[in-house]
Amino acid sequence: MIRPTSNDDKTRTGISVKRITAWRRRPWAGYAVVLAALAAIAGLYAGFSPKTDRAEAAGTADAQADLANGRQLFNQNCASCHGLNAEGTKDAKGKPIAPSLLGVGAASVDFQVSTGRMPAMNPGAQMPRKRPIPVFDTEIKTDYSEPEKREAAEKQKAQAEKNIHDLSGYIAQLGGGPSIPTADQVDPTKGDVALGGKLFRTNCAQCHNFTGQGGALTGGKYAPELSKSDVTPTQMYEAMLTGPQAMPVFNDSTLTPKDKQAVIAYLVQTREEPNAGGNGLGRIGPVSEGLVGWLVGVGLMVAAAMWITAKKPKKLKKLKNS
Amino acid sequence: MSDATAPKAVAGPLNFLDDRLGSTNFFQRNVKKVFPDHWSFMLGEIALYSFVILLLTGTFLTLWFHPSMEEVVYNGSYTKLKGVQMSEAYSSALHISFDVRGGLLMRQIHHWAAVLFMASILAHMLRVFFTGAYRKPRELNWLIGINMFILGMLEGLFGYSLPDDLLSGTGLRITQGVAESIPLVGTYIYMFLFGGEFPAGQYGDLIPRLYAIHILLIPGVILGLVTAHMMIMWHQKHTAMPSKNQSNEQVYGYPFYPVFMAKTGAYFLFTFGVLALLGAFAQINPIWLFGPYDPGAISSGSQPDWYMGVLEGALRLMPGQGTEWVIWGHTISLNVLIPATVPLGIVFGGAMAWPFIEQWVTGDKRRHDINDRPRNAPVRTAIGMAAVTFYGLLWLAGANDVLADKFHVSLFGTTWFFRFAIFIGPVVAYIVTKRICLGLQRKDAAVAGHGVEAGIIVMAPDGGFSERHEPAREDEMIKILSKEKARAEAPAVDANGIPAPSQKGPMGHLRSRLQRAMTFDDIPIEEHGEGHGEGHGHGDEKAVGSGSGKQLGH
Amino acid sequence: MSDNNDTAGSHEPREDGGSRRVVGTPSSVGERTLLAKDDDEGYPAPAGAGEELDEKSAKNAERVVAAFFLLAFAASVAFIAYYIGWSGRNGGMHGVTRTRESNLWLGGTMALAMLALAVGVTIWVRRLMTSKPIIQERHEMASSAETRAAFEADVLAGGEDSGITKRPLLRRTLLLAAAPLGLAPLVLLRDLGPLPEKRLRHTFWGEAVKKAKAEGKKGVRLVVDGTNAPLKVSDFNSPGGMITVLPEGIEETHEAANEIAKAVTILINVPAEQFKPVKGRENWHVNGVVAYSKICTHVGCPAALYEQTTHHILCPCHQSTFDATDGAKVVFGPAHRPLPQLPLGVEDGYLIATDDFPEPIGPSFWERG
Repeated sequence: MIRPTSNDDKTRTGISVKRITAWRRRPWAGYAVVLAALAAIAGLYAGFSPKTDRAEAAGTADAQADLANGRQLFNQNCASCHGLNAEGTKDAKGKPIAPSLLGVGAASVDFQVSTGRMPAMNPGAQMPRKRPIPVFDTEIKTDYSEPEKREAAEKQKAQAEKNIHDLSGYIAQLGGGPSIPTADQVDPTKGDVALGGKLFRTNCAQCHNFTGQGGALTGGKYAPELSKSDVTPTQMYEAMLTGPQAMPVFNDSTLTPKDKQAVIAYLVQTREEPNAGGNGLGRIGPVSEGLVGWLVGVGLMVAAAMWITAKKPKKLKKLKNS
Repeated sequence: MSDATAPKAVAGPLNFLDDRLGSTNFFQRNVKKVFPDHWSFMLGEIALYSFVILLLTGTFLTLWFHPSMEEVVYNGSYTKLKGVQMSEAYSSALHISFDVRGGLLMRQIHHWAAVLFMASILAHMLRVFFTGAYRKPRELNWLIGINMFILGMLEGLFGYSLPDDLLSGTGLRITQGVAESIPLVGTYIYMFLFGGEFPAGQYGDLIPRLYAIHILLIPGVILGLVTAHMMIMWHQKHTAMPSKNQSNEQVYGYPFYPVFMAKTGAYFLFTFGVLALLGAFAQINPIWLFGPYDPGAISSGSQPDWYMGVLEGALRLMPGQGTEWVIWGHTISLNVLIPATVPLGIVFGGAMAWPFIEQWVTGDKRRHDINDRPRNAPVRTAIGMAAVTFYGLLWLAGANDVLADKFHVSLFGTTWFFRFAIFIGPVVAYIVTKRICLGLQRKDAAVAGHGVEAGIIVMAPDGGFSERHEPAREDEMIKILSKEKARAEAPAVDANGIPAPSQKGPMGHLRSRLQRAMTFDDIPIEEHGEGHGEGHGHGDEKAVGSGSGKQLGH
Repeated sequence: MSDNNDTAGSHEPREDGGSRRVVGTPSSVGERTLLAKDDDEGYPAPAGAGEELDEKSAKNAERVVAAFFLLAFAASVAFIAYYIGWSGRNGGMHGVTRTRESNLWLGGTMALAMLALAVGVTIWVRRLMTSKPIIQERHEMASSAETRAAFEADVLAGGEDSGITKRPLLRRTLLLAAAPLGLAPLVLLRDLGPLPEKRLRHTFWGEAVKKAKAEGKKGVRLVVDGTNAPLKVSDFNSPGGMITVLPEGIEETHEAANEIAKAVTILINVPAEQFKPVKGRENWHVNGVVAYSKICTHVGCPAALYEQTTHHILCPCHQSTFDATDGAKVVFGPAHRPLPQLPLGVEDGYLIATDDFPEPIGPSFWERG
């Protein structure tokens, strides 16, 4: 039997090519690769468990809004779509481009701008939550160790908060509408969590899922996740109050401020609650459980079966042969 | 194999039993029973051991669970639900989770075991189907297995309905809707199952009933079927993959005691270990997050456990327009009835009928103890893959809202995709699978006929170059030659022009047509005779997988 | 399996005795195991260790196995120690965090114990067991023709002897007696539930309206599900609003859960200019405030997902989609019928229902018509 022999088949890493090849040729190598890949996917998947960072309480300034600043910000960032007088615009065929902002209220402006949905960049099925543009960026990082950097960042954040406040004040002054809730109104520790759970499951979970993981709507729209810590209690309140985009409105007389606070308490406590049973698997219910059952459960059992029934251990035979 | 006599501690009880039962006869016959080895033969064992674990953990849970729909106000240690009205069943399930030490672990292991039980049955059934291990004499075990899977679906549905949380109540609500759609007796079935109207009936009977069915009736039946399944398997001896020493006449492998016993014992421990691992680190069915059942509440992404996903998917795909009729004052709701019965009817009914259909078409009523390689039965493998595709697509369709949400595609778009895919997908799967099988057969035929490319270039004396082919390894050849020759089609008419008995009538025509469809593109695999491959002339002395396959050829 | 002569075919392995070669045993030309030059591959024997153990490696293997068994022991002890020593501290396990901790510890140690044992046993089988593969015969399942014939004869003779074949009166009366006896248990199941009667045709709305009218009022008030607050028209004035409502007083009924499961309703505020009332229902809404049954007409999930931009009501279970502006007619999905509409009115500034749903709510059923 002629066999090509070469003593020089080591790679630069010092691993024998022969050995790699031998491993690759093992009957189980294919399965091992597939299993490893599946395990990696499962790991990634499981990684999407909710983060339970503390929600930062939104500071709501009670100070009088600087309407001039608000107007200027409106003209710079909003007027191109919503019109110079916030009356909304339509395209040549009369199809609305942007709605009128008269009467939407400060709560709506605060919600849209602080979640980064407005100013919108390119209209799609739905405006996604994104990092607000710099002048409105209240999510800016401030925990620098250098005092100068921190100070600058804090200053920028305060300015962004003031900007949103001014802009909201300006729009509210144009046509009235619901105002921004106070910090006390949205304090999740003061809500009745049991009532909140009931209200959430009856009125919110059908779109946002029972733990606020979000869900699909028609036409590519979706109910956003509420389980991330960047969704502040103020934003939750404003969303219920104003019904942004496809979301229905829950005004203060159908769901009273106390009811809203209860819903907020439920949401915040749920997302801060650790998963009693281990990894939450995304908290989306049986779909991810089935996936894990098949990939991890059946996967590990098949791996065990292959090991138990595998051919003789190599070492033993070598020793025997020698 | 030692000469020493057994120690008294062993011999004593054995003799005690033997004096009274004659049991040593039985032990002696079976102690060295041979079990052929292959990893895929262990898939069924996962189901067996998951079932044992289900019984153990389930018994633990019954010690605290109250199967009652009595309204109580929760006052346990899960703070978010304090003061909430709920059924006693839900409250006691919370108690097990949060106030009984190890209770949540047992609940989670129980639920994971159910998931694994059903998954491994399905995997085991696929293995049996694709290797043809259901063929005579094992058709009965095939039927028992399918029935266990169906019972397992019901058992699972009733089981996850017991805690009376929002998700399980939604499942029951759908069960109610499906029951109502049954013509003529639907409302009666609904009233009699629920003891009145959904959800609590007149006396809150639903959960106690589901409980009795879940912990007593169905497990009892499954236990009986498992026993029958195992005894039949033991009696008939396990099938073997085509390899050296395996044939219809003999079985080759390690003895039950001690090797197989140790292996299967280790596998039980693996099953329990993996389930404990999942129970410890992966949360399943967090009923405290779902909340108590409330008829006005619902969550997005309300899915059943995976084994019911097919039904869920079918219900989602069925268009509602034009599928419900009122005839003579009676409503026939095909938009519910068809998805609830037809897809699973096709899959399970087809699976149950298949061994007999195949026998009828091929006329093969012989005993088969050696498994087919999937490629060697292209039509069967292709039909199997078509069924897998059909099932898999419906299964995915059951999660279409999650898919739409996670991959940001249109919800109705996914519905339309699946509506077409469940018809096109299986056809494509059939064609592709069959082509792959035939391709692999062709490769096998080449190996058997001409040997394997050796990677050695030989220069002939006249200067020409050619690659040397060498015969394949012996065990490879045994595998390849295990393919049975397609049976020659019986002539449609005999020498006198009279139709052969089996070809008469429309059924006879159908049969011969099907037989032709199954075999017309068969690729004969033969070892090449002299002059090829070097000295590979020992084929005649080798017992190839199916000894009787040879007899048939002549 | 008692008649199974398994051992008849059991042999000691005969592979090595070249003189008694049986079909299928390896021939002496084993050297021709081609191409897989790695001669470790391709040995077709099933798993399990070889015939002769190298004592040194066996000793090693034994130590490895023992180490795994010790690990399993340690894990089991840790399980018990955690349960007794820690899990019960401060009055026992209560609440989420302690449950999480105990679940991880108990489950983790349990998994470790099982898996370590499993791994140990597997290595033991693979490295230390010296059993050799053996061959056993398979048998035809079918009994011999003589046995079949003898049994058939016995059965026929028995039937003859018992007289059942020649005494038709006996046979027929026995069958007659058996038939009702078999049906008797079915009769016993009659009280499993009430007959459907007209139960599925009405909801508590009808009852409550009737009661209100008897008291001289126009209809029953709508209360918010969860808070039980009655709704004023002026409360529900925001376009795009949605809320789940119930008839006032439903909580106090007998079988409240069953009544709620039928009566639960969604109230939607459709912008008046976009609302297209169904013919004959022009006065069933209050300026675009409209109420539909929340129970999907497909299989009964709460159809609760309302998009205020498209005015679609979507059922999250199977995605039946209804148009709220147009009498909740089906626009997509598996449902066939629109959601039943509840006639609304106003009394003392409160939203009221003036009648029951005009048709049975929820999924279709045979008697629905």
